[in-house]
Order: sequence, then C-alpha cells, then structure tokens
Amino acid sequence: MSDITATDAVPSAPRKGSLLEQDARTKRRNAAETRFKMYGIIAVTLGILALVMLVVSIVSNGASAFQQTYITLEVDLPEDRLDPEGNRNRDQMARVSTFGYGPLIGEAMEAQIAALGIEIEELGNPGDIVSKEAPAQLRNFVLANPDVVGSTVTFEFLANGRIDGYMKDRVTRATALLDKNVSPAQLDLTDALGEAGVLEKRFNWAFITAPDASGQRPEAAGLGVAIVGSFYMMLVVLILALPIGVAASIYLEEFAPKNRFTDLIEVNIANLAAVPSIVFGILGLAIFINFAGLPQSAPIVGGLVLTLMTLPTIIIATRASLKSVPPSIREAALGVGASKMQTVFHHVLPLAAPGILTGTIIGLAQALGETAPLLLIGMVAFVREFPAGPPEGFFDPASALPVQVYNWTQRSDPAFVERASGAIIVLLIFLVIMNAIAILLRRRFERRW
Amino acid sequence: MSLVKLTASSLAIAAVSATAAAARDNVQIAGSSTVLPYATIVAEAFGENFDFPTPVVESGGSSAGLKRFCEGVGENTIDIANASRAIREGEVAACAEAGVTDIIEVRIGYDGIVFASDINGNSFEFTPEHWYKAMAAEHFVDGELVANTLSNWNEVDPALPDQAIQAFIPGTKHGTREVFEEKVVLAGCEEGGFFQAMLDSGVDEDTAEDKCMGIRTDGLAVDIDGDYTETLARIDSNKDGIGVFGLAFYENNTDKLQVATMAGIVPTTESISTGEYPVSRPLFFYIKKAHIGVIPGLKEFAEFFISDDIAGPAGPLAAYGLVSDPALGDTQSAVANEDVMGNAM
Repeated sequence: MSDITATDAVPSAPRKGSLLEQDARTKRRNAAETRFKMYGIIAVTLGILALVMLVVSIVSNGASAFQQTYITLEVDLPEDRLDPEGNRNRDQMARVSTFGYGPLIGEAMEAQIAALGIEIEELGNPGDIVSKEAPAQLRNFVLANPDVVGSTVTFEFLANGRIDGYMKDRVTRATALLDKNVSPAQLDLTDALGEAGVLEKRFNWAFITAPDASGQRPEAAGLGVAIVGSFYMMLVVLILALPIGVAASIYLEEFAPKNRFTDLIEVNIANLAAVPSIVFGILGLAIFINFAGLPQSAPIVGGLVLTLMTLPTIIIATRASLKSVPPSIREAALGVGASKMQTVFHHVLPLAAPGILTGTIIGLAQALGETAPLLLIGMVAFVREFPAGPPEGFFDPASALPVQVYNWTQRSDPAFVERASGAIIVLLIFLVIMNAIAILLRRRFERRW
Repeated sequence: MSLVKLTASSLAIAAVSATAAAARDNVQIAGSSTVLPYATIVAEAFGENFDFPTPVVESGGSSAGLKRFCEGVGENTIDIANASRAIREGEVAACAEAGVTDIIEVRIGYDGIVFASDINGNSFEFTPEHWYKAMAAEHFVDGELVANTLSNWNEVDPALPDQAIQAFIPGTKHGTREVFEEKVVLAGCEEGGFFQAMLDSGVDEDTAEDKCMGIRTDGLAVDIDGDYTETLARIDSNKDGIGVFGLAFYENNTDKLQVATMAGIVPTTESISTGEYPVSRPLFFYIKKAHIGVIPGLKEFAEFFISDDIAGPAGPLAAYGLVSDPALGDTQSAVANEDVMGNAM
C-alpha cells in the first residue's frame, strides 16, 4: 500500500494555486452532482408531464359529461290511449307500454314546432331528437299520478345523445351528413329550438344520481348505482379490515413471541400485499360465492374480496406506526404498574392511531380503484336497480365506480367516451379527497420523538 | 376494540345467514359481449315496462358465459347465458353433468360482420378470396406451401387500391374470430380453388382446412383481444388499417368509418337478413328451464326479448344494428311452450 501512496503523489502533495480555482477532481465531482440533479429534474418533469397529460386528456374529454341538453315540452296525455278503461286503475294503465307512450312525444314536438313557427324540410319524426328515455319518464310519471291523464303537462326531457353531442361540438354538420343516427335537418331544429329557449344545456346532476343506461341512451347514463355500490363496498372493507387488521398487528407486534412461526407469518403478510388483485377475485369466487353461497354481483362479496386485498396494507401500516411509538412509553406504563394490555390500549394504540388511520385510508383508496377482482364475482355488470339501504342492500346487485368506467369504454356509441372520462373525474375526486384526509390526519396528529 | 370485533363478527354471521333467507328476485344474465348491448337494451325496457326489477347483465364472452351457465342449478348460478354462437356438444354435456339438463335455446337474430376502414381513406370492394390471399400464413403454390409475402392490397388484386395491408382482426378468444376464419378466410380459400388444389395434391381435408385458416403472424394481421373500440382506435392512429367490426358498431360510428363491400354486396340489415351478404352469424341466448317459476320474471323477460316490439324489424334492437330473424314467430312459440333443446331433434 505504501508505495502506491508514494507514486500517487497528487492527494498528499501540498495544494498549489488558489482555493477559488477548482482542481480536476473537484470539477469532476461537482459535474457528477450537477448531472445527478439534472437526472432528478428530468425525472420529476417527466412525471409531472405525464400527470398533466393524463389530467388534460381526461378533463377535456370528460368535463362535458357534467353538462346535458334538456328539452322542455308540453305533452298532451290523451285518455283514450293511456287509460283505455277510463278508471285510472294503475294496474290496468300499466298495460300500456313505453311503446304506447313514444308517439306522444313526437306529437308534442310537432305541436311545439308549429307553435314556434319553425319550418324545416326533410325533418322526419321530430320526436327523434328527444332521448329514448323520455317515454319511460312519461310513463313513470303518469303511473305515479294517474289523475293527470287527460290534461297537458310540461316535461323536461333529455335530448338525444347526438343532439347533445352537437351542443357540445362533438357532432358537426359534416359528421351528421355521414351519420345515420342524426341528420343536418335535426341540427337545424336544434338551433331553432335553442334560440326559442326550449332547448338548453345545463348542469347534469343526473350524471351523479341516475343509474346506468343501455347503449342506445348514452345521454341518460349516470353513476348512481356505481357510487352506491362503491360506498357499500368501502363500508364493508372498513368494518371488517380495520378491526381485523389492527387486532392482528397489535398481537404480532406487542404480544406474539418472536419465533420462526411468527417470522413466517410476517413474511407471508408482506407477500400477500404484493399478490395481484385478480387472485383475490378467484379466491372470492371460490369461497364466498361457490362455497358460502353469497349472491353474485353483490357489494358484500366485493367488500369481502377487497377486505382480503386491503388487510396486508393495513397490517403493515399499523405495525409500522406501533413500532414508531418509543419503548420508553411502554416501559413507563409498565413501570407504574399497568398491565401489558393496559399499556397497549391506553398508551401505545392512541399514539399510533394517526398512522393506523392513514394506512387504512390509503388502503381504502386502493380498494376503491380496484376492478380486476370484481370481474370474477360478477360486479362488472349492467345494473340499473339501486340496491336497498344497508344491511339488505349489501346483498343486492350493484356496480362500482371503476367498473362503470370499464363498461362505458366498451360501448360503441362515441358519447360514452365522454361519460367514461366523466366517471374517471368523479373517481379521481374521491381518491384525492381520501388521500387529502390521510395527509391531513398525518400532519395534524402525528408525533415525532 | 373488543366491541368493534364483536360487531364485525356478528355482522359477518348475520351476512351469511341473511342470504339464506333472501331469495333472488332479479334475473341474472352473462355471456357474449356481442349480445351484451342488445341484452342491456331489452333489460332496460323490461325494467321500465314490468314490475320486475331490471335484470343484471354481465359480459365476459360466450364461452365464459356458458361455462358459468353450466355450473349448476340454483340461485347462485346465472339464469341466462348469451352466446354469439350455438352451444357446443361438450358444453351441453358439461351442463348435464352439473344438473342443468333442460336448456331452452333462443335465437334472437343475426349479427353482420363488416370490414371497415378510415372514412377519408380508399374504399374497398372485397371478395373472400382477397382476404384469404392477404391473411393466409402460407399460400399453396405449385404443390408446395410458401410463406405469404404480399404486403399491399394491389398485389392481392390489381383492382384493389394501392394501400399497405394492415388488418385488425378479432383475437382468438372472440366468437367473431371463428366466423371471420370460416366464412371469410376459408370461404375465400375454397372459392379461389386453393382448397381443392391442396386436396388434389394429396393433403387430407383437416390439414387443408387448417392451412386455409392459418392467419399470418408477421404483423400485417393484428389480433385485437379487446373490443371494437380498440379496433377503432387502432384505425384512428393507422389510417391504412382495415378493421373487422360488428354491424351495430359500424352503424354507430358511420362518421369515422367506411364499410367495404363483400362480393359486391353492401352490408345492411336487409342484405344480411336475406342472406345476400355472406358474413353473418346467429346470436343466441340460453335459458335454464329449472329457473323458470323460481326466479320471478325470467320467462316474461325471455318472451319480451323476442317479442315483435323488441326484436322485430321495427324494434329498438334492429335500430341498434341487430338483423332481425325472419323466423321470429317460431322462436316466440318455442319460448312460450318452453321447448327444451334436444326434444325437437
């Protein structure tokens, strides 16, 4: 060694020149640092760029889903067609199907056009610019209020998806010429009705509250059932995963003897956190549906599957926050005569609570965005009926937010692209709120020793 | 904490016991993604017009749907399986093994398969032979198989436009792929006399068929395992692309796609129902007879599905792109009588 230092004389030699002048090695080291900083900045910029692109594309596609075009019409409800028996008996009136109500809307539209003095050639049936949802809306109203038969009632109907697309600049006259579902004449009518104030675009609460609709009625499709389904699942996850996860981690961290067996359990919990979520779906199908006989497409099964998925996250977070409570606290409690149990529940757990809650919320947020395991338990489905209130509602079929996004991206009508992006926005808002709460809790209550 | 644990465990127990009590009151359907849009349209109208709840419709593919259908009889199994092909004998046997013996087969109509390209690109007039030549992995030339080297449509046929071959065809898990292979590629192979030539040179029939339907894997034919929206997105980004679509999907996107003729016939609901347009297939759903009378609304739903108001030529399904079945009346009476498969044959 000694002759190496002797030949390599540079470091040991007394420094020549000014301190302000850097020698080659310092320059190299400084350059390496600058380069590393550059890499870091590039990585961060790429990340931000990807995020901005994602948000811009989703918002530009989806923001319009929160607006919808409505048409106000006065509809005659003739007795001879809606209540042939004339006795206002709901059961007998129910025999008139939505196909019987459909023509009424076309007639109301024609009357409206005549009243406004609009003249457009080659219009066809002017009722076509109204959503196919309208007859059902009319029928439900009439069956709920049988006395209105024979009078004229003002309704607000959704405009057809293509007309709505025109109001949102998705459909133009050029595309309308090529599109068999809409004609330029219908767009002229839309313009005329818009000027008359009969047709207008406004905020679309139905997007949040209404259930899904079939491929023929993109304008009526909403997230209602999906939001309720996701909420129920999160409730199940919270009720099951939090106590089980916390109990398991307290036992493992504070009470369990440290031996091979507990080490094995620990390794397996860490592994479980990395298992692809679809595996939990297969497990759910085998155990909860085929073996336990729980119903398909039900939030309870979804919740149970997501509980399995969330448990490792919660256990790992809880154990980490239990570990971060300094041993001096435990020793002090034990020193004044507290039992082990009292030490844990009176002192350690309250101090660890913010960390536990943060972990739970992040686990829930993860579960909220999960689709793959739901695929196998029948929740990726077209569900229009709202589930009942809890607890019976846990067993009724429901959808979930990410599932709704998946379903809508598969539909052929281009209007569903907007809906799917809108649903992503809603899902992102929920996720951001949950993560913000987690951060707030951590900032507010976390203690450092 | 113990209180929370107690609540949790009692809730779980209550959960399991409650299922035993609560009977399912909605119809559950799963299966083909091609039938899915029609099934959802009918389910929606059914929920609106009847006092039964709206059926729950899942997708997942014909085979997956029939597999779940054949899992057994009971509330935890589906009532109806949608399929874009007829049920196979093996599936019937699997059903019977699980106790699903009485199956009602319902043909709802026909689905046309169309070839479409970007609206601003060249228009095409195809014959099945063109597709065989363009898609086959190997051609049979002078008694031996040589790899397909054609890379431009005008090499396939000088009458076709000068455009690179780039086809987006359904992946092997789709029922549509089977139709594409049999009714287009194999038909083209037979029409062009290549099939006969192979037989003549001593190749046995099965091998010849396989060779006819072997699709090239050099990147000019791309399998799309997703749905038609993915195919559309591929064509959007590659203007040379020609995609395979369902008629209903094309009709909803006529402002972006132009359709190619096949053997001189433009695919429309009319030309498909008369059988002039060659590439079409029947769509089915299968009902578990044992569930009729147990699941409320099941039979009503099936009858509603194939009623003239819904599945007829003027109904909403035809408006969406289903080619209505000229023999719908027979299907209606078969469902009304609950005729199960096998008895009629």
